Amino acid sequence: MKKWTRRAFIGAGILAGGTLVIGIAIRPGNRSSKVAGLIASEGETVMNVWLKIAPDNTVTAIIPHAEMGQGVHTALAMMLADEMDAAWSKVKFLEAPADKEYANFAVAKGFIAGNATFPKFIDETIDGVFLTAVKSLNFQITGGSASVRFTGQQAMRIAGAAAKSMLMQAAADTWKVPVEELTAKNSIISHPSSKRSATFAELAPAAAKVKIPTQPKLKSPEEFTLMGTSLPRFDIPAKVTGEAQFGMDVQVPGMKYATIKAAPVFGSKVKSVDTTVSPSQYGVKKILNLGDAVAIIAEGYWQAKTALDALPIEFETTENSGLNQEGIMDSYRKAMDVDLAEGNLDTHFKDGDAATALEQAAILVEAEYQLPFLAHATMEPMNCTAWVHDGKCELWCGSQNPLGVRAAAAELLEIDIDQVTVHNQLLGGGFGRRGETDVMKQAILIAKEVDHPVKLIWSREEDTQHDVYREATISRMKAGLDQSGLPIAYAHQFIFKHHPPEAADIPYSIPNQLIQYSSPASHVPWGNWRSVDHSTHGFLTESFIDEMAHAAKQDPFAFRKKLIKDKPRFQRVLDLVYEKSNWGTPLPANWGRGIAIAQSFGSIVAEVAEVEVTFEGKVKVHRVVCAVDPGFAIHPNGFIAQMESGIIYGLAAAMTGEITIENGAVAQGNFHNYPVTRMNEAPKIETHIINSGNPPGGAGEPSTPLIAPAVTNAIFDATGIRIRQLPISKNDLRASIRPTT
Amino acid sequence: MINLTVNGKEYTVDASEGIPLLWVIREQCGLTGTKFGCGIAQCGACTVHLDGQPVRSCVTPAISAEGKNITTVEGIALDKNTLHIVQQAWIEEQTPQCGYCQSGQIMSAVALLNENPSPSDEEIDAAMSGNICRCGMYGRIKSAIKRASASLQSSTIF
Repeated sequence: MKKWTRRAFIGAGILAGGTLVIGIAIRPGNRSSKVAGLIASEGETVMNVWLKIAPDNTVTAIIPHAEMGQGVHTALAMMLADEMDAAWSKVKFLEAPADKEYANFAVAKGFIAGNATFPKFIDETIDGVFLTAVKSLNFQITGGSASVRFTGQQAMRIAGAAAKSMLMQAAADTWKVPVEELTAKNSIISHPSSKRSATFAELAPAAAKVKIPTQPKLKSPEEFTLMGTSLPRFDIPAKVTGEAQFGMDVQVPGMKYATIKAAPVFGSKVKSVDTTVSPSQYGVKKILNLGDAVAIIAEGYWQAKTALDALPIEFETTENSGLNQEGIMDSYRKAMDVDLAEGNLDTHFKDGDAATALEQAAILVEAEYQLPFLAHATMEPMNCTAWVHDGKCELWCGSQNPLGVRAAAAELLEIDIDQVTVHNQLLGGGFGRRGETDVMKQAILIAKEVDHPVKLIWSREEDTQHDVYREATISRMKAGLDQSGLPIAYAHQFIFKHHPPEAADIPYSIPNQLIQYSSPASHVPWGNWRSVDHSTHGFLTESFIDEMAHAAKQDPFAFRKKLIKDKPRFQRVLDLVYEKSNWGTPLPANWGRGIAIAQSFGSIVAEVAEVEVTFEGKVKVHRVVCAVDPGFAIHPNGFIAQMESGIIYGLAAAMTGEITIENGAVAQGNFHNYPVTRMNEAPKIETHIINSGNPPGGAGEPSTPLIAPAVTNAIFDATGIRIRQLPISKNDLRASIRPTT
Repeated sequence: MINLTVNGKEYTVDASEGIPLLWVIREQCGLTGTKFGCGIAQCGACTVHLDGQPVRSCVTPAISAEGKNITTVEGIALDKNTLHIVQQAWIEEQTPQCGYCQSGQIMSAVALLNENPSPSDEEIDAAMSGNICRCGMYGRIKSAIKRASASLQSSTIF
């Protein structure tokens, strides 16, 4: 990946009342074509930020990302405050409204200034900034583990540094001393030799008049005072008192509640339903046939749910109504066969001549893997409160993509986007699910039929059965090794390529590679599931490299290490996990260790799982050691929490996660048949961070892809059984158990 | 209409048609700290106390709580400025991530420590495995319970 050119558009000025505001917009340039696809789809297009210095010397960072537990508000405010040398106790944050609104200067100014009027000069500077930003604005999303990597690096730090530079210059001009003699600390600029000092707020009026730097100098890591420390997160106190407000908790005066049942078979329609409200339907206000779903508005969720469960609804039978999981997987296999036979496989990567090298190989390794659909199962079921009135639409929801929600609402209602307001709330888990707009659109369709706000709440069953799923996949892998066990060819065919596009790449130096894919039609909607394609490819490539190591009769760690000789960052991560996991030391009978390593979202992660397979064939994961090079961990404790979170999320999927299709619809409905990891099943996790000095990598996703292969490789080590189909619970391991002596 | 006592305060609520306590607490009493997660007592997000005993309010008929002391996450702090020892431990361990499950986790933990002020790892697992955390903060929840347990040993408040 080429480095993005830092292009900052900075504007500044003083509001009535003495608040200094600095606006900054960043547009990434020079994207490699590989990254461009990611950007286009993930919306990492424009990052902008405002900071305010109030007369009481508080600094407020305005952060364009949603909080879903990743600590983004704290981490980004830290990046800004550190560059600025602001006193942390006087730093606050505000989550910016949906970005286009935020970047629409009239509204943005209102947001920043409240009722204050902007002086003329600031209009020019700030409008100039945002005019540029608005023109290139796409949409703002929290995803792709991008907040710290892009917004933080490209906007927050620059905004902080620019502010400090202007304040220092103002002090130098006022005191008539060279700027080099000044120091900044705790929101105060000092001139030590003359013992003069002034607060940021005192200098703000003068700072607004100095020349605005276009490329302010950023600190080197040795100069960081906040970045790299684990400050208490802003969002935590309210989350232990019950005060934290999630989308589910919004209360709007006059609001009623609704719930919904969509056609169980994706793409099917309502054939018939009686929408007459009867007196026996306690608390029910309205029954709505939305075409592909039926919704009930009632006094409360329970009343709506009870009435909906009892309501006879007939759905249309479609061509998909007879489909089952096995049939879908067979159709994927067949599509791959046909594409292969007809030369229609799409090529992801080609190097050398894999076919010939495979023929010449001394040892051939071959395997077919299968992965299931997965639901997100966020802790907070989908919900959205909508109020459609007077040509306007107001929405309250927790979204990873609030601007996308605004655009979807405007399109659906055929109104101008300026007439749509999104009040973004805390997210009770996102994992990619809350980047979608489906539930918001339903809420709008329901709310536009009544003259009051409606909170639409999905049941857990609806949430499980109308998700956008992590794709199921079939993968066929072949590798050729020479006499010494050195790989000389690698061929991989898989189903579906989404993003990031590089997910199927392998870090290993193997000549003669051919990586191809098929994209058969499926009626099951897919979506971004924590780490997206890495969630499948991490398992596929790291399982298969283990198979290759076994075929080569080599230690899985040593085999990998040999093949990443030219990648020092990978080597360090692998060495660290080797050391911390006590790799190679003896374990009890029926225990095993498995290793896996991959780079995703800018961070390199290796995991070693220590696993026991019991006499009943049950898998118990006792310990996971995680080594990671994220370049630099801005908030180490938060980063470690993200590693732990990603591992447990991936572990739930690996152990028992499976959505299956029966008669065209999802068979699972709740946590009893879509089980997730609980405390008694959670391993001890140890995370070790390498601050390599590279640009910060992502935190939210990179640990997820590796836990499945680390565990299945450990099961192989314990039992000799190779798991090629997830979840692990589908595999019978009882026969493999060796009696202990 | 029946009267319910939630966090020491009386509420007159409509408890007809077998409505679970969860929805009465959230929609009629306006206390939204108690969360809806699954509706079938699988996830623990809705945990509250009835006379000190933890229950899943999503499957507890509101009518069955009549005459009992209902405690929600909003009612466990000593006062506005003094959080419960478990809440304090949760902050000190920086336990929550998204935070949605944490009210239920905290209510299960408070009930556990009331019964057993110094639980072993296995006892913590047994008491807490009915509470799902999709952010996977189990290690931190366990550490926070141990921290709260240690504070209890050195505290005279409880």
